Amino acid sequence: MNTQVILSLISGIMIGGIAAYLGTLMLSKKMSVVAGPLAHLAFPGVAIAILCGFNLAFGVFPFVLFGAFLIWMLERKTKLPMENLSAVIFAIGVGTSLLFLPIGKAEEALVGNIMHITFTETVFISILSLGTYFFVRKIYNYMMLINIDEDLVKIEKRDISLYNLGYLLAIATVVSLGVYLVGGLITAALIAIPAGASRNISKGLIQYKFWALTFGVLGAVFGIILSIIFHLPTGPLIIVSNAIIFIFSVIIQRRGNKV
Amino acid sequence: MSNLLEVKNLKVELDHEVIHKDLSFILEEGEMLTILGPNGAGKSVLLKVLLGLLPYKGEVIWHKKPRIGYLPQNLSHLAIKNLPLTVEDFFKLKEGVVSKKLIIEALEMVGLDSSVYQKSASTLSGGQFQRMLIAWVLILKPDVIFLDEPTSGIDIGGGQNIYTLLDRLRGEYPLTIVMVTHDIHVVYAHSDKVLCLKRKDRSCFGEPKTILTPQLLEHIFGMKIKFYEH
Repeated sequence: MNTQVILSLISGIMIGGIAAYLGTLMLSKKMSVVAGPLAHLAFPGVAIAILCGFNLAFGVFPFVLFGAFLIWMLERKTKLPMENLSAVIFAIGVGTSLLFLPIGKAEEALVGNIMHITFTETVFISILSLGTYFFVRKIYNYMMLINIDEDLVKIEKRDISLYNLGYLLAIATVVSLGVYLVGGLITAALIAIPAGASRNISKGLIQYKFWALTFGVLGAVFGIILSIIFHLPTGPLIIVSNAIIFIFSVIIQRRGNKV
Repeated sequence: MSNLLEVKNLKVELDHEVIHKDLSFILEEGEMLTILGPNGAGKSVLLKVLLGLLPYKGEVIWHKKPRIGYLPQNLSHLAIKNLPLTVEDFFKLKEGVVSKKLIIEALEMVGLDSSVYQKSASTLSGGQFQRMLIAWVLILKPDVIFLDEPTSGIDIGGGQNIYTLLDRLRGEYPLTIVMVTHDIHVVYAHSDKVLCLKRKDRSCFGEPKTILTPQLLEHIFGMKIKFYEH
């Protein structure tokens, strides 16, 4: 196995794993849909990175993090639901990027470039993924409680708004990482599908988190291996792998119900 | 019994609408206070004000720093059934709850079998679910619990069991309870004090048997209320 494949696999495992783990929280908060609009907000950053000739990360991360911050701020000011604000942000992201995004050169941003990942990028992805994992693990129970009833956390004198900001920034980080792995168009699938598959077969929170993480990692590994074998784009193959895992989870769930 | 909470000239205004004004009452340690009133009278709002969750004018004075437990009104099957939570998971969401022994003790305290520990929270019956919620509120032995319609959605027998359970717990340790309910019979049978609320107006405060007359209830609810004094 050559070094490039190893770097791709490490990056894929890291991003697939953290996206799936965060996905369990987002699915529980019915927020899986928010990841899509945020990923599309990467496009203006991609356009600027391509036009200025620098690494995609320098375009993607600032725009997506700023988008998350904007959603958080607008939610506080307007009290509009996050789904609605995400749609607004999505429209702004896609609308402005279409004005000047050189589509021909944007394939990397649309379907990912994990097979060309460098050593430095792999280190950067690994540190960000692990950092985000530990952060999300720390706020996980509080976010679950906020999902059930915000007041249960408020009576402990905790600032819900700060938790929501941290949560949104974690989503933004994972979405930006997802752009590397599968591109901006289908990043939401990395978050939604493994969590959904895990939800189908899990009976408790520990199983739910474990299987989502496992499916996220397996989807990325299978997708990368299939891409090497069939010489097809990696991003879509990772999503197809995830989709197959999801179908199996539905079959297992149906059998479980029959028993 | 000593005073635990004193509320003086409370005024609550939300979205430019006055919900409460000139509201004053006292809660003593170990007492069960029921907040009674029709829909829209601001019962849940008052609970949230006492918990420090909503802004107010006037004074809310806690004479001690109690450990507080809270069961919100909408904490129901609906809020939890879509989450992949076992009973154990649900308890472990609460900070400071890590031990299986502690959870099982809390479940048994409210009359639930320890076998529900591993069950999915969404598969519990209405009565079991409410008991589990009360165990969840009580697990860290709070001094005061705030219960917002703790028997909503369960049948009369199940509701009665919950009130009997609360009475038993008050006999075991000095637990103070502030509860919102629509059920006048519960007020007579279980409460030491009642605070009746009519929209934007404090209607009454005192011992149920002394102050809750049919005329007053008609005034609060705007219709004749049939009740049977226990």
